[in-house]
Amino acid sequence: MANRKSSVKLTNQLSKYFFLSCAVLVSLIIISIVWFVGVQGLSTFRQASVLEFFTGTNWNPETNHYGALTFITGSLATTAIAIILGGPFGLAVAVFMAEIAPAKIRSLMRPATDLFAGIPSVVYGYVGLTVFIDLIRKTTHSATGYGLLASGIVLAIMILPTVISISEDSLRSLPNTYKEASLALGATRWQTIWKVLLPAATPGVLTAVILAMARAIGETMAVQMVIGNSSRFPQSLVSPTSTLTSNIVMEMGNTPFGSTWNNALFMMSFILLCISLLLIILVRSASRKGESH
Amino acid sequence: MKAKQRDYVATGLLWLAALAVIALLGWFLAFILARGLPVFDLEFFIGKDGVGAQLFNSFYILALSLLFSLPVGLSAGIYLAEYAPANKLTDLIRLSTESLATVPSIVFGLFGMIIFVNLLGLGFTIIGGAATLALLNLPILVRVTEEAISAVPESYKEASLALGANMWQTLRKVILPTALPGLTTGITLVAGRALGETAILIFTGGMNVSRHMFDVNPLAAGETLAVHLFAVQSNPLPGTNAEQIADGTAALLIIVVLIFNLCLSLPIRRYQKRLMGK
Repeated sequence: MANRKSSVKLTNQLSKYFFLSCAVLVSLIIISIVWFVGVQGLSTFRQASVLEFFTGTNWNPETNHYGALTFITGSLATTAIAIILGGPFGLAVAVFMAEIAPAKIRSLMRPATDLFAGIPSVVYGYVGLTVFIDLIRKTTHSATGYGLLASGIVLAIMILPTVISISEDSLRSLPNTYKEASLALGATRWQTIWKVLLPAATPGVLTAVILAMARAIGETMAVQMVIGNSSRFPQSLVSPTSTLTSNIVMEMGNTPFGSTWNNALFMMSFILLCISLLLIILVRSASRKGESH
Repeated sequence: MKAKQRDYVATGLLWLAALAVIALLGWFLAFILARGLPVFDLEFFIGKDGVGAQLFNSFYILALSLLFSLPVGLSAGIYLAEYAPANKLTDLIRLSTESLATVPSIVFGLFGMIIFVNLLGLGFTIIGGAATLALLNLPILVRVTEEAISAVPESYKEASLALGANMWQTLRKVILPTALPGLTTGITLVAGRALGETAILIFTGGMNVSRHMFDVNPLAAGETLAVHLFAVQSNPLPGTNAEQIADGTAALLIIVVLIFNLCLSLPIRRYQKRLMGK
């Protein structure tokens, strides 16, 4: 009896330490990702110039020119287009779901947005390639249709589920009294949404937009399929160019591990990693602002 | 009444936005299935350029990745939900989980490439792909577990502890069974997403399939369906009808995702509602 009692106690103790070590493992994983990718990436600068990497547009590894500004610009520009197109649209849908939709329609839209998030990014790329490219080429009379615009549109669709679900959650979590007070004062539903609910939900909406940016800037396959994969600096919204992610996919296979060229590709992924970590810090400060309200 | 008119217009526009989203989704699914379904025949699955091996690899890699990520993800989630004291370490773990969740998948891919392909010298393997894919699943599993466990009413736990059960017994007999439907929904969504992942597997699992159909050797290269869709579009092999293979593969991927999203997770969610008495 005493034996069983002590073994029950031991299991209880051991399980606690096992859970703790798994949780610590999560921290160790992110730290080692930063370390390994960072070391590999930063070793680019033993041979290449830091200044040229961040400010140059001459990407010609065969002649030791590692200007990655084109790719950095591509990533930032596609992300910006995606947010401009997809942000307001997603927010409108979130407002509809939180405030206007009848219960039946809402219970249909939740799984629908989940499904949007579940569609693999290669499939988005495939639809972009088979439909949007042609459409853009015809409407803009550009040479190929590939470029920032095509990527931005595909990304705008891909960030919808992120924007919708997080904004809707934050609208829903507002105290009912806000709405009731506003309506009791004689405000219309739209005035209540615009003047009371949206301002109160701002931290949540900001979080949604920042996480959407993180998703857009790191997206690889869909962008690679519609950006055109040219290392030329974008001449217009519809000229082929590249992003950080698309260029890594294009060149990783052709470069030996450990070469400066290869390291430069790791440096690009390190930039992506730093941006996404920075965005997480922004999300945290946005939600902290929300709590202090 | 200008305010009232504005209210009508705004309501109309919001309805329009919602309908547009549903229409977009419907069009996406209809477009992909309409192009892909006619391609489905025996040849498409088990022929010379068939995707049978890729379909098998997709599920094989998914299963292995869950094998790696489930124990760690569930345990970390349990720790955060039930044990974690408010201290610096808990903060660090939460920050790590959130950070891991936003790491772009291509960065996971390159990390996996450093570790499995180069440091361990395995080359492109199913096991390397699965282990790297596990990193993508991990933060979502932690969050899903924490949410599912936190949704269990506190009174369940208190009743069990009051009866003299210790924390481990309470977890195993009370909390986890109650949280099971929520956990299952979360795991299904994780699995659905992992099935479509491409960027990670290009750099770790490779873009080739073994010559033997249904090769379970974890050290073989393992191209999945999603990677295959990318490969046939970016480097169409001469002499194959790459376009039709792409159409069929996209449709097959969508069907798998639909199965995971609708047929598996919806009934569970309904069951969970009944269980929780909502």
